[in-house]
Amino acid sequence: MNVAILRFLGTNCEFDTQYAFEKLGHKTQIIWHQEDSIGEDIDLVVIPGGFSYGDYLRSGSIARFSPIMKAVKIYADNGGKVLGICNGFQILTEAGMLEGALKRNNNLHFISKHQYLRVENSDNAFLNKCKNGEVLNIPIAHADGNFYIDDDGFKELEANNQILLRYSDKSGNPVVVNGSVTSIAGICNKNKTVFGLMPHPERALEMILGSDDGLKMLQGFDT
Amino acid sequence: MRAVVNVFLKEGVLDPQGKASHHALDSLGFEGVSDVRIGKQIIINLDTSDRDQAQKEVEQMCETLLANTVIEDYTIEIA
Repeated sequence: MNVAILRFLGTNCEFDTQYAFEKLGHKTQIIWHQEDSIGEDIDLVVIPGGFSYGDYLRSGSIARFSPIMKAVKIYADNGGKVLGICNGFQILTEAGMLEGALKRNNNLHFISKHQYLRVENSDNAFLNKCKNGEVLNIPIAHADGNFYIDDDGFKELEANNQILLRYSDKSGNPVVVNGSVTSIAGICNKNKTVFGLMPHPERALEMILGSDDGLKMLQGFDT
Repeated sequence: MRAVVNVFLKEGVLDPQGKASHHALDSLGFEGVSDVRIGKQIIINLDTSDRDQAQKEVEQMCETLLANTVIEDYTIEIA
């Protein structure tokens, strides 16, 4: 698989993301935000974490207008798969490629810790190696991860099985981490081709670092 | 012309910064505060002297970039 990893001014997870996909045996390339096309040989576009444009105005609000994002939009409209991690998730919601928005955490803190997540829907290209109800241990690190969507939007997400992950305890009971609507940690679009999550699977690849559950998540794209 | 744009979280969308400041005001002994909302103010200087045109342009700026209308409302004053 060929993986394109985007880099904006302020991106800081591109090399961890590259390491993760190369560890899984894929070819990767890092694409600068001023580029205006996604190669035809690309199987997955990843928008990694960081602080694009210093999170000025709102997290992701300026990055979404970069030339590469126009290309990502076209790529996704043609059915291409896109994964946004943390700031990548914020960019995708700002771009309107995923529903809802990510607000400041309710406790106003930057939250950085390992966090259990419950898999809500695994019937998609991302989480197909996981089982519904399975609990994963993945680090989170964000200040603006408080997912908001209005009631109608939430009902749609639920009806279409677009909710991917919820913050939970070790047993899988939802917990309040940042104020997200019903503890949502990740969603996908209706077509299940565009995925966004606040947690960082690329930081959970080896047991010596506390968890290797990230491998199982990122392996989903293999098939 | 000069446009003053105020961007706030929509009514019904919890404003964590407003809430924290409200608590702080309460604990400092300021009584009778029923709500605190925190937003941002954006001041834009425009070349045009046409009021309607300025209003239209700034509205577009808000819809495109300055506000995220999923969670935020905005007001525009042209002066």
